[in-house]
Amino acid sequence: MTDSTADTGASRVLGGRPTEATIRTTTTITTVKNTSGAHIELKNVNKVYGEQTVPAVENFSMDVEPGELIMFVGPSGCGKTTTMKMINRIIEPTSGSITVDGRDVLSLNPNELRRHIGYVIQQIGLFPHMTIAENISVVPKLLGWSKEKTRNRVDELLSVVQLDPKTFAGRYPKQLSGGQQQRVGVARALAADPPVMLMDEPFGATDPITREKLQVEFLRLQESIGKTIIFVTHDFDEAVRLGDRIAVLSDRSKIEQFDTPANILRAPANDYVASFIGHGAALKRLALIPLYDALLGRATDARGTASLSETDSLRDALDLLVLTGLPAIGVTDASGKVVASVTVDQISAELGDDAGAGAPGVLS
Amino acid sequence: MTFEAVIERDVSVAPAELGVRRARFWTLRRIATPIVIVLVLLALFLWIQTLEIDSIMARTLNADYILLRTREHLELTFIASALVAVLAIPAGIVASRTTSRLLRGTILTIANIGQATPAIGFIILLAIIWQIGFQTALIALVAYSFLPVLRNTMVGLSQIDPSVTESARGMGMTPGQVLRRIELPLAVPVILAGLRTSLVFCVGVATVATFIDAGGLGDMIVNGLKLQRFPVLITGAVLVSCIALLIDWLASIAEDLLRPKGV
Ligand SMILES: Nc1ncnc2c1ncn2[C@@H]1O[C@H](COP(=O)(O)OP(=O)(O)O)[C@@H](O)[C@H]1O
Ligand SMILES: [Mg+2]
Repeated sequence: MTDSTADTGASRVLGGRPTEATIRTTTTITTVKNTSGAHIELKNVNKVYGEQTVPAVENFSMDVEPGELIMFVGPSGCGKTTTMKMINRIIEPTSGSITVDGRDVLSLNPNELRRHIGYVIQQIGLFPHMTIAENISVVPKLLGWSKEKTRNRVDELLSVVQLDPKTFAGRYPKQLSGGQQQRVGVARALAADPPVMLMDEPFGATDPITREKLQVEFLRLQESIGKTIIFVTHDFDEAVRLGDRIAVLSDRSKIEQFDTPANILRAPANDYVASFIGHGAALKRLALIPLYDALLGRATDARGTASLSETDSLRDALDLLVLTGLPAIGVTDASGKVVASVTVDQISAELGDDAGAGAPGVLS
Repeated sequence: MTFEAVIERDVSVAPAELGVRRARFWTLRRIATPIVIVLVLLALFLWIQTLEIDSIMARTLNADYILLRTREHLELTFIASALVAVLAIPAGIVASRTTSRLLRGTILTIANIGQATPAIGFIILLAIIWQIGFQTALIALVAYSFLPVLRNTMVGLSQIDPSVTESARGMGMTPGQVLRRIELPLAVPVILAGLRTSLVFCVGVATVATFIDAGGLGDMIVNGLKLQRFPVLITGAVLVSCIALLIDWLASIAEDLLRPKGV
C-alpha cells in the first residue's frame, strides 16, 4: 500500500479508516522553499591529520541540495567538525573533491571562497575590540561595499536576529549576554548574504532555554532565507528539531544513515543509529507532526474547555490529553474556532500509519 | 581625557556596560607619582641652594650642564626605545609565526644574551672592538632592552583566543589582514607593557654611556664619585630616578589610552 500522492488527505480517507470522519483543518500549507542556497557536493573526501595513521574523515561523499539544512550528528571526535571545515578549507582535505555550485573549492582562492561562505563556530569568536556593528561589517568591508550599504545591512541584520540596532550596534561583544553574542555571530555570518552557511555547534554553549529560543528563531529565519546550511551538533534532538536531513556519523565520519528526521526516527538503519536516537523515538516523531497534517476527529467530539492550535504538534496534543485525562480535545484554527478534535487513538494511528506506509517522501 | 570627562563617563554607563569599563584611570598611584616627582625635585633644588658651591661643583651644578646631560640622556633613551620597537616587534611576530624552531630559538637566544650580559661589560667591550660614542651606546641599549618587547610581542600574540583568529580566517581575511586588524590590536596592551619596561630599563642603563664618552646623566654620577662631590652625585642619581618615574608614569597613561576599547 502506498501513500505518497500529494493529496494525502484524500487517499487516507480511501485507504485508511473509512468509518471515521476525516477533517483536515487547513488546506495544503505551501512549503515551496525560497532558496538562495548553493548546491554542495563532497566526493570521496579524506582527511589524515599530520603523521596520524588513521584518517579523521574517510571516503566521505554527500550531495546537498540548494536550500537544504543538513545536520551532521555524531559523538564527539567522530569527525563532524573536520568534515565541515573542509568545505571552506579551514582544514585542507588530504584527497577527494568538494564543489559548491559546480565549482571546485580546492581550485579557488581560499580567502575569496570564505567571503562567500558564512561561518559560525561554537566559541562564536566575535572580535572583542570591535563594536557589534564593526563585527558584522567585516565581510562587507572585505568585499568593498560602500559605507552606506554596509550600515544599512548591519541595521537590517540586527533586526533579523532580534537585537535592536540602536541599542546594540555600538556595543562591544563583552557587553552582551551569551545568547546575544551568538545572535551576532549568526548575523555576522549572514552579512554578505552568502549562499552557504557552515555552523559548528552554534548554540552549544548556551543554556537550554536560550538554546531552544535560538533554535526556534533560527528555523524561522531559515524559512525566509533558504540558505544551504551544514549544521554540526552532537545533540540528536537538536538535529531532529532543525534538520531537513540528518547525517548520523560514526568514527572517521562514516555516514550510518542520511535521511529526513522522520524517516530516521521511524526506521533507524542499524543499531548504531537506534542507540543514537535513544529512548522515546515515538515521542520525538510526534513532535515533528503538526496537527494540521494529522487525521483528526469531528469538532463536536471535543470535550472540556482545553484546546490546541492546529499548528501545535501531536506531541503537544498527547501531552494535553494525558494532563487533562479527557478522551478528546478540541483543535482550533487560526481564528480560534474549534474545527476538529484529537484523541489518543488518532495519535497512535498516525504513528502506525506512517510506519506502515513507509513513504520516504512524506516530509520532503 | 580630563578628570571631569572620566567622572561623567562613569555616571553615564548603563549597568550592562559595567563589564567593559576599564580599570579606574585615576588611581592613587597615578595621581601621586607626578606630585612625588615635583616634591623631590623641589627638595633637591632647595637643598642645593643651602650648600656652598665650590668651583668644581659649579662646573656641573649649573642649568646649562644639567640640561645638556638630561637631553643626551633622553635622546639615548628614546632613540634606543624607538629602535627596539621597530626591531623587536617584527622580530616577535616572526618568532611567533615561524614553524622553524631553529629560527625562533636563535631570536630568543640572542635577545636573552643581550639582556643577561652586564650592561657595563657589554658597552665597554663594544667600545673596544668598535668605537666609543653615541652610536655604540645606542646599540648597547637596544641589545639590553630588546627582550621585554620581543617576549611581550610573542606573549601578546599567543594569548589571543584561537577562536577569534579562526573566525577571522573563516570570514576570508588574508593572514596579513588577520595580523593587522585582529591580532596586533588585541596584543597592543601586552606589547605596550613590554615597551614600558624597556623604556625604564633604558633610562637606567643609559647612565653607563658616560664610560664610553656618550654623555648622559651618568656623567654627573661618575664625576660626583671621582671628585668626591656628593651633591653632584646625588643630583645625578635623583634626576635619573625622577626621569625613570616620569617616563613610567607617561607610559602607563599611554597604555590606558591606547588599549583597544572593548578589551
Ligand atoms: N588539528 C588536529 N590535529 C590532529 N588531530 C585532530 C585535529 N583536529 C581533530 N583531530 C582529530 O580528528 C578526529 C575528529 O575530530 P573532530 O572533527 O574535531 O570531531 P568532532 O567535531 O566530531 O568532535 C578526532 O579524533 C580528533 O582528535
Ligand atoms: Mg566538533
